[in-house]
Amino acid sequence: MGDLSDSRLGAMAYDPAPESRAVVAFQDAYGLFIDGAFTNPSSHESFVTTNPATEEVLAHVALASIADVDTAVLAARRAYETTWSKVSGAQRSKYLFRIARLIQERSREFAVAETLDNGKPIRESRDIDVPLAAAHFFYYAGWADKLEFAGFGANPHPLGVAGQIIPWNFPLLMAAWKLAPALAAGNTCVLKPAETTPLTALLLAEVLQQAELPPGVVNIITGDGTTGSALVDHPGVDKIAFTGSTDVGRLIQQRVALSRKHLTLELGGKGANIVFDDAPIDEMIEGIIDGIFFNQGHVCCAGSRLLVQESVADDVLRRLVRRVDQLRVGDPMDKNTDVGAINSAAQLEKITELTAYGEREGATRYTSTCVLPDRGYWFAPTIFADVAQSHRIAREEIFGPVLSVLTFRTPEEAVAKANNTTYGLACGVWSEKGSRTLWVAQRLRAGVIWANTYNRFDPASPFGGVRESGFGREGGRHGLEAYLDVT
Amino acid sequence: MAPLRLVTRDDRGVQLPGESSLPTFDTEEQLRALLRGLAGVDAVGAEARAAKLATRSLKKSTKLAALDLAVRMVDLTTLEGADTLGRVTSLCAKAMRPDALDPEVPSVAAVCVYPDLVAHARRVLGESPVKVAAVATAFPSGRASLAVKLLDVSEALEGGADEIDMVIDRGAFLAGRFGQVLDEVVAVKEVCGATHLKVILEVGELRTFDNVRRASWIAMLGGADFIKTSTGKVGVSASLPTALVMLEAVRDFAESTGHVVGVKVAGGIRSAKDALRYLVVVNETAGSSWLTPERFRFGASSLLNDLVMQRQKQRRGVYVRPDEFSGD
Repeated sequence: MGDLSDSRLGAMAYDPAPESRAVVAFQDAYGLFIDGAFTNPSSHESFVTTNPATEEVLAHVALASIADVDTAVLAARRAYETTWSKVSGAQRSKYLFRIARLIQERSREFAVAETLDNGKPIRESRDIDVPLAAAHFFYYAGWADKLEFAGFGANPHPLGVAGQIIPWNFPLLMAAWKLAPALAAGNTCVLKPAETTPLTALLLAEVLQQAELPPGVVNIITGDGTTGSALVDHPGVDKIAFTGSTDVGRLIQQRVALSRKHLTLELGGKGANIVFDDAPIDEMIEGIIDGIFFNQGHVCCAGSRLLVQESVADDVLRRLVRRVDQLRVGDPMDKNTDVGAINSAAQLEKITELTAYGEREGATRYTSTCVLPDRGYWFAPTIFADVAQSHRIAREEIFGPVLSVLTFRTPEEAVAKANNTTYGLACGVWSEKGSRTLWVAQRLRAGVIWANTYNRFDPASPFGGVRESGFGREGGRHGLEAYLDVT
Repeated sequence: MAPLRLVTRDDRGVQLPGESSLPTFDTEEQLRALLRGLAGVDAVGAEARAAKLATRSLKKSTKLAALDLAVRMVDLTTLEGADTLGRVTSLCAKAMRPDALDPEVPSVAAVCVYPDLVAHARRVLGESPVKVAAVATAFPSGRASLAVKLLDVSEALEGGADEIDMVIDRGAFLAGRFGQVLDEVVAVKEVCGATHLKVILEVGELRTFDNVRRASWIAMLGGADFIKTSTGKVGVSASLPTALVMLEAVRDFAESTGHVVGVKVAGGIRSAKDALRYLVVVNETAGSSWLTPERFRFGASSLLNDLVMQRQKQRRGVYVRPDEFSGD
């Protein structure tokens, strides 16, 4: 049995299967999308956005100044007062359906653009980001003419102008999560994409033009932290919706504290996957892998902590380590790639720093033997075993492809450890025993609990956190509340 | 910085502890306890994993190599009441030379026929490496006494069968008489001796993945050389998630007992594209040791033509007319 004694998983190599880059043509430079048209920023300043897998410059993007933010908010206010608050729900619905269909029609282009700008594998942008973005518009298109039946009073009103700031991990999907419910509820929007990933939002601006959405209903202003800060501070904004880090979220909450602005925050997390000894083991391994290595771990609800029952810990760890080595890391444009590039040099530095701490604090590190490309920002998928609650890698959000494995002995201990975090976004419970799953789920302090699965998203299902993971819900009927005056 | 503990070679693949004897059971309760100890299968998760693997894209040299491998893994099958000597003769010719246009195309693994046609197939195949597989044990229903089933097997062996495809007693399995299912496999394996035994689970009648996993273990504990999905005679046959669950079973069985058991998928696999998806699942679930006709087979008839057609397309860059290939 000599040749059979070591059966290499994934030994059959796959030739490169690259998606075509030609389906998307970026412009050299993009202006700000204000009042239905692309305009030059008042300061004529711009910045570059790059492909994190190659460090190649993709386009120059306008940097919105305080004056530009003002122009955008005024355009949104004008559109709210003159058109969008006057059109019927059925009309708003029609526009949203149009946008959803146009995203579907241009799905391949969106997927390629997202992968180039963000570094995520084309399989994920093609099969998850873009279809889900379209699904959100479809879902909220259905609500636009039924708001009086949503449970928020007989005649729920929109808030007015919504300022929306989104992160770089799911650029198009987060834009859809923000815009679709806001527009369905009758608000107008000023959307600020993340500095490192503005391109799919700008493609979406083209879609909005194609859909003939009235000018000013959605304005998209690119920029850095100063742009976002100006938007948060602008007195003409009625609502701020932010998805991003807890530190920035805290600042925003302080800044709007004394204003009349409504606020929802979707912040960081340190999600725990709790594995009991009766878990469906093969599917559980896939779920843990998907929970932390999906989108390079750049997921606020990532299952970055694994709490495994001590009696099965060795077997689970052995299978996880074997599985991690099988992940195909590399060119995000290759259809067979599982894990792509880290989004930026800054993020790579943060991941590297925290993992170095993990080793120093005594955790056992397993790192995939995958060969990383020479250029671009890369981090090999990593598992830390023997992690203690006191380690930084068990407490801080790493936001990268790094899993911390801890053990527990009893369900009570599992719950206590899972809840021993300042965050509260998502958790997973793995067991074949329904009663135990429910017992645990009732005691976890997190906005989302998955049972025998992880990272499942659906527009009909509300998503959001508690404690330092933020407040407010996106998705589902609950998602409308964030954009309606329900007081 | 402290030295990394990289994933070591030992951690990478499926580790086989080396030949050991199969566990035996004094009572049915012991077998039942072992089966109960197997982890459950979450159907949603298994289907999602299979669907994800199905998006793998095989191109260029990978595709060509995979197509050749798939040809070598085919058990070219005819299992009809209307089978004749003539039909078996032409099937054997096709098995030895699948593509009339290209002698480079490898021969298939085996032809699969009913026991009464084994001797004829054996004669036609002569010295060729193509094996003769016979379905036996009152195929496809398995509804006969053990004595009749064993006689069926003996006759196939006398005719010169190299491989026996038996069916398990699904009635006994579904009624919870796991010991009876195991005993039958053991009895058939005894008659087979060194002849390869494939045990058909008929997953379309077992329905749940948990049943598939348990039946897989019973067959392997009974001494199966292969576990096989289906007879092809009921509505539901092989599927990618079922194959995934069975490959996980052979992988885990090899790790815990040292016995390497193969997997045969049969029924409804008609396109090269489907076949390549199965190979991807083999590659990423059980690994390289199973990427050989010794450990993985396709039970099929029309699949072979699509494999050789896609192979020609891959080589020439254009499709060849279907009529260029023999219809057998």
